[in-house]
Amino acid sequence: MIAAEPQLLTGGEAVAHALRQIEPDVVPVYPITPQTPIIQTFSSMVADGQAHTAIVNVESEHSAMSAAIGSALAGARTATATSSQGLALMAEVVYIAASMRAPIVMAVGNRALSGPINIHCDHSDSMLVRDSGVIQLFAESAQDAYDLTVMAPRIAEHPDVMLPVLVCQDGFTITHAAEPVTLLRDEEVRTFVGPYELPQPALDARHPATRGPFAMPDYYFEFRRAQAAALEIALDVIMDVAHRFELLSGRRVGPYEGYRLHGADHVIVALGSSAGTVKDVVDELRHDGENVGLLELHAFRPFPARDVVRLLGGVRDVIVLDRADSPGGAPPLAAEVAFALRGSDALVRSHVYGLGGRDLHPEAVRDVFRGRASHYIGVRDGDECPA
Amino acid sequence: MAQLKDWQELPPGGLVTPADALQPRTGDWRTAGRPVVHYESCINCLLCWLYCPDSAVELDGSTLSGIDYDFCKGCELCVEVCPTGALVMTEEAA
Repeated sequence: MIAAEPQLLTGGEAVAHALRQIEPDVVPVYPITPQTPIIQTFSSMVADGQAHTAIVNVESEHSAMSAAIGSALAGARTATATSSQGLALMAEVVYIAASMRAPIVMAVGNRALSGPINIHCDHSDSMLVRDSGVIQLFAESAQDAYDLTVMAPRIAEHPDVMLPVLVCQDGFTITHAAEPVTLLRDEEVRTFVGPYELPQPALDARHPATRGPFAMPDYYFEFRRAQAAALEIALDVIMDVAHRFELLSGRRVGPYEGYRLHGADHVIVALGSSAGTVKDVVDELRHDGENVGLLELHAFRPFPARDVVRLLGGVRDVIVLDRADSPGGAPPLAAEVAFALRGSDALVRSHVYGLGGRDLHPEAVRDVFRGRASHYIGVRDGDECPA
Repeated sequence: MAQLKDWQELPPGGLVTPADALQPRTGDWRTAGRPVVHYESCINCLLCWLYCPDSAVELDGSTLSGIDYDFCKGCELCVEVCPTGALVMTEEAA
């Protein structure tokens, strides 16, 4: 394959191109910062005849997700996009989409939840739907966001999965920042994604069925158990789709990415764009002879627990960076990693960083590696003694 | 209740197909008697068939032929709309 030339694109534009190439039948959507560039760019492409998609301008995100369920189950390939309060407003219906096994692709521009109201990045919006039963993939870069979006329909629509897939990219840091992105050719994406084939589309009058039935105590639990199984299987499906995507593109974005883990004594675990910052610091510290590494997770749901255990086996200092907090409890990623590593000798440290778009600077990452950062990284703290 | 399915047997999304829907005999919910047809008064207007919310009024071709008590929930709508009093609520047989 002749390598295509990289173009200068923002994460939002890159995902709009992915949507143009996937060409979903229906995109019900409501604009919200910082997701808006995705749907704005994609809408222009549709208006210019570059994709044949019915864009449904709904009155709220709750409606967007509701329309997406109907459309996806009726037999139309469906995508949507949102951020922050939009995802919060969708949340009720996101649970229903997962329980009805609607294979919807959703682009998320991660943004802090109110309050106070804020438009900048953290992962609190995605974490709000952590337990909804959807698949959540996190991008480090605009390229990742593009690649994961192209992979998303195959993961979502796999017959053993049939779940919404959220492709999360950091608001502004990725959605609005231009970087070199290499796109696949339109035909390559079309072939990779394939046709939308539901086993039993709702608009098949010869095979009528009830969807989203009421479940009493005698069935609700079995129903939820089956949903959990779909997420367990999804991890293998993500691996498989990532492998096929790698054969096509030469790029690998799997459920996780170990960075200089060999012989590492101190490993940071992180999601999203900050993993890029951590990689730079790892390179610097390795150059100085320090045994540090990074375990970046692209899949948060399903959580690749077995891989985390395997990759962090023997690491004594595991440092988890969360871009979301769980006031009064453990932050989501830290809780996940600590649970995965239960029974091991690893000491799991937890830090919360970057809430509401606060930057994570390389100096802070160095301090974290050296055990000199407080739990809340970079928060002005009148009680804290200067290091 | 041996007939309850294991989680592995549930279709994705808990899809309920017509065959599944026949399983719960919703007529079990009936508490206030059952509608009985007195054919001598029936003019076969089929209003009962039209109004029955559970499709429990049975036809032989286009002629009223009975009530399916497996699904009649005893709502009395048929009795209410019958213009000749041919449908009468009757106590359940013991």
